[in-house]
Amino acid sequence: MNLEDRLAGLIGDRAPESITEATALGTGLADGFDFYDSAVGQVVVTFNPKGVSSVTLASEDFESYFEARFDRPLIRADAPESWGHLIPDRLEAGSPGKLPVDLRSVTPFQAQVLNQAAQIPRGEVRPYGWLARHVGRAGAARAVGSTMARNPVPLIIPCHRVVRSDGHIGAYSLGGPDRKWKLLTSEGAAPESLEELAARNVRYLANTSTGIFCHPTCRAIRRSKVENVVELRSAADATNKGYRPCHLCEPA
Amino acid sequence: MDDLGRDLARNLDRAFPRLVEQMSPRLYWGLRRMTGDGHQAEDLSQEAMIRAYRALSGYPPERIREIRLEPWIWTIALNLGRNHLRDRSRRPTLVEAKTEPADFDTEVPDTAAWQRRLDNLPRAQREAVVLRHVVGFGTSEIADITGRPEGTCKADIHRGLKKLREIMEAEDES
Repeated sequence: MNLEDRLAGLIGDRAPESITEATALGTGLADGFDFYDSAVGQVVVTFNPKGVSSVTLASEDFESYFEARFDRPLIRADAPESWGHLIPDRLEAGSPGKLPVDLRSVTPFQAQVLNQAAQIPRGEVRPYGWLARHVGRAGAARAVGSTMARNPVPLIIPCHRVVRSDGHIGAYSLGGPDRKWKLLTSEGAAPESLEELAARNVRYLANTSTGIFCHPTCRAIRRSKVENVVELRSAADATNKGYRPCHLCEPA
Repeated sequence: MDDLGRDLARNLDRAFPRLVEQMSPRLYWGLRRMTGDGHQAEDLSQEAMIRAYRALSGYPPERIREIRLEPWIWTIALNLGRNHLRDRSRRPTLVEAKTEPADFDTEVPDTAAWQRRLDNLPRAQREAVVLRHVVGFGTSEIADITGRPEGTCKADIHRGLKKLREIMEAEDES
């Protein structure tokens, strides 16, 4: 066999699978996934060069869920070094902080709602109507509700801190209302007292000494002396009685 | 192959995995013969593909259709290879697969000997010989890929083959 033919035989007919995988991950045509612990058990977090794209319970069939919803394959991978180490803390804290989140899977309106939901402090809750008002769509409480149901990154964007407009705790996309209760309890938001207030149609609490009214979980009202706190059924009720809305929780 | 360019122009994300599938065996093996190192060939191949994707996503469709894809990706890979040692610093935004870079040793004993012979060629000759006779490019494509005049490439191929023959003769004598 001559030299040229020998050289032509020095090529293989396939390449290592790792090239296909690394290329898919590096271009964002596939997302990486890894397992993490959280307050509601083990979760699967998926990510691509743009940020964290989804959080799902590890017990569910996360691969078919992901591929059906995002139309990209998943590959077991390490999150990018520059922000991957933030993931456990952000799952624990219940807010994105400096962790980039990839919200390309939702509409611009939904992304705006989710970014607003990310501002709700730990230990507090806000009703759908509050979120709607803060994104400039006061009448869109229902659209806000369906946005929470589609939150691709629960725990990191804390949709568990968003409750029904009537004050009841409501549904939760990450494995049902039990987990929402568990999370709110662990954050000190006392879901059973919220349910109790909702059952009595109490929406706000006011401080008679400061003249300010708040959402029931607002840190301002929680610092108030019990004897100064009164219950209110609506923002109109509060205004009629001469109370001003709180600057922290912005109830109106 | 022509279809691939058309499909990439039409829907880059959908067609790109096919480009990877079609090009990576020749790219990987060519780079492996050039560098003598499987892991480096793997790194260069995937980095070249990722850069190709980024470049294509910024091009208008008519430009994508006109690219001669395989020589173009080789140009990217060789430029990367030249900067490789300098740029081996970390790439912190990369999502890295957990699968270990597998030992991809389908190398038969005979090819190991050929690899050693290639390793003994000066760089320009090794590149030219591999591109011409291992990967199978024509000399004008090699000139485009390496950025050297075609005449120089032809001379490099010629000298490279001559040197390989000398190496083999020396082996026979010892």
